[in-house]
Amino acid sequence: MARSVTPRRKLLNTTAAWAIGLLIFFPILWTILTSFKTEAQAIAAPPIFLGFDWTLENYRVVLERSDYARFLWNSIIIAGLSTLIGVAIAVPAAWSMAFVPSKRTKDILLWMLSTKMLPAVGVLYPIYLLFIQLGLLDSRAGLVVVLMLINLPIIVWMLYTYFKEIPGEILEAARMDGATLPQELLYVLTPMAIPGIASTMLLNFILAWNEAFWTLNLTAVNAAPLTAFIASYSSPEGLFFAKLSAASTMAIAPILILGWFSQKQLVRGLTFGAVK
Amino acid sequence: MSLKSTLCAATALTLVTAGGAFADAHSATITIATVNNGDMIRMQGYTDQFTAETGIAVEWVTLEENVLRQRVTTDITTNGGQFDIMTIGMYETPIWGANGWLVALDDLSAEYDAADILPAMAGGLSYDGTLFAAPFYGESSMVMYRTDLMEAAGLEMPTAPTWTFIREAAAAMTDRDAEINGICLRGKAGWGEGGAFITAMSNSFGARWFDMDWNAQFDTEAWANTLNFFKGMMDESGPAGYATNGFNENLSLFNQGKCGMWIDATVAASFVTGADSTVADSVGFALAPDNGLGKRSNWLWAWALAIPAGTQQEAEAKQFIEWATSKDYIELVAANEGWANVPPGARTSLYENPNYQAVPFAQMTLDSILSADPNNSTVEPSPYVGVQFAAIPEFAGIASEVSQEFSAAYAGQQTVEEALAKAQAITNEAMEAAGYR
Repeated sequence: MARSVTPRRKLLNTTAAWAIGLLIFFPILWTILTSFKTEAQAIAAPPIFLGFDWTLENYRVVLERSDYARFLWNSIIIAGLSTLIGVAIAVPAAWSMAFVPSKRTKDILLWMLSTKMLPAVGVLYPIYLLFIQLGLLDSRAGLVVVLMLINLPIIVWMLYTYFKEIPGEILEAARMDGATLPQELLYVLTPMAIPGIASTMLLNFILAWNEAFWTLNLTAVNAAPLTAFIASYSSPEGLFFAKLSAASTMAIAPILILGWFSQKQLVRGLTFGAVK
Repeated sequence: MSLKSTLCAATALTLVTAGGAFADAHSATITIATVNNGDMIRMQGYTDQFTAETGIAVEWVTLEENVLRQRVTTDITTNGGQFDIMTIGMYETPIWGANGWLVALDDLSAEYDAADILPAMAGGLSYDGTLFAAPFYGESSMVMYRTDLMEAAGLEMPTAPTWTFIREAAAAMTDRDAEINGICLRGKAGWGEGGAFITAMSNSFGARWFDMDWNAQFDTEAWANTLNFFKGMMDESGPAGYATNGFNENLSLFNQGKCGMWIDATVAASFVTGADSTVADSVGFALAPDNGLGKRSNWLWAWALAIPAGTQQEAEAKQFIEWATSKDYIELVAANEGWANVPPGARTSLYENPNYQAVPFAQMTLDSILSADPNNSTVEPSPYVGVQFAAIPEFAGIASEVSQEFSAAYAGQQTVEEALAKAQAITNEAMEAAGYR
């Protein structure tokens, strides 16, 4: 029997949810507000929340100083392709683990995840040397491969979880109807797992977009994405918080917009199988 | 579009993009890794003039100081060849020069006038008498103070104050109700943040990092005096949470009128007297304090341009360095943005220029730079070169750990004695592992 919710409780819950939501969003809001302040207003104490002279000067300076379009394009290509390739590899991998598991499947899944526990800096030099030998330094192709590989364990895990929710009998029926393995994957499994695959892709895209270790260390000019764009405005000697905020806002804006429009899909995918 | 077609399109896009990434750059393009600060950003704005004069295009990779350091170190130690010019400091230059990682700048043109580089800067950017990096700008540290607060306290700042005077003046200027802290200093962990300040300060207290046999010296009375004095003075007259304050935090406090004195980089002088400062009209300058032991507590640093060995564009890179660190470049900036905005601390001729002598902090900057000697920075003899650092590869790692211990002591998480004991153990252990002891 469903519990009845009193109006008072509903109000309390709503207020608490809004308060927590605003608290989490506040740093982003503050960054956006700071981007419209002068450098002096950005460091004013007590801080100025809304009562300042709004200016677009920081955006003008940032756009004048940096080739934003190039950084943005690199981010889109690197995050997009690493996600697409990662999913293309992870779908068959997760299929085999979910529907034809071996006695080592759980161990393999755990081992894959354990590779995420290695601090990235620990393998910086070997990867850097490898990139030099392969001519991949400062190339989008190199970063696509690296980001795809570092996010692959998460993609496989997520897809494995979604696939486990799909009854194996449906795939069996498709096989009995004469579907080949690629057909089974493409025309039976994938359509049923679209919400899960979509949310995995979105999450992976966000992770790749925000990745700031490899993207800073393996790029210089040609392949530098928006993380390098932000890093160029951070300074321990000089107060450039307003400009840094403008650069940050420009870097997060595309992903914020993407998240905003796809939030329904994202939530649906992330809670897939949570309620039975 | 079917799923199959989508995958085909994605693969094709990958190949096209990957191919594009390997596209050859223009033959006369140099790539420069640099740090994000006012002078460097200003230089980027004038790069078009260099390109117009020489036909050499310039690509900039601008990064935050610590990211830059990691990035260029990785590249030069692996011979990655990503950059034709690197912006490095006095710490890296002699080490990298000794390792043969940098191109010697011993054949600069006569017009460049390398002899005009301030001797302290040239010395710190050389190895075995050979210049390996050309200073773009140089800095020391000095006292910046509020003349109005000093006057209200009934005190007069000497040109060359002692630590005793600084502590007394800080206490006299402190007004907690008005949110005025007598003194603001770096306490933040990090070898280039609080670590740099306390090392330079320790020189004036007769302390040193190592004796002549590379034994750590944190168990000496001189180090105990340094840390106890710093913590005592900051607890009395410093801002709350000073253990996490670095350059930017103190600059922000000073510009808002919340510091009576601030001892920090000489380049800050143009910030505290600039348009963003609320106290620009009442700032005075003095040499960094001493303790009567013959050494002052100021450091010496330069951001300099160096060419990594193995670059394919050595001639073009040298041409750029000659342009960016020349007298003509200084004239160019002065003509467009005023003398207060030219890169300071690199050339002797700048300080002989009457136009620059009129800048309020010019003479004090020069005096501060001249009073720092990286080859003889400590009261007792030491085996290392450097004022606020020891120019050995292991120093950055050791000093980062040591400064974390010091910051924990400032924050009251441990005593000064405990911090020094840990610093002693950390340093000796690292030096032993590195084969010095």
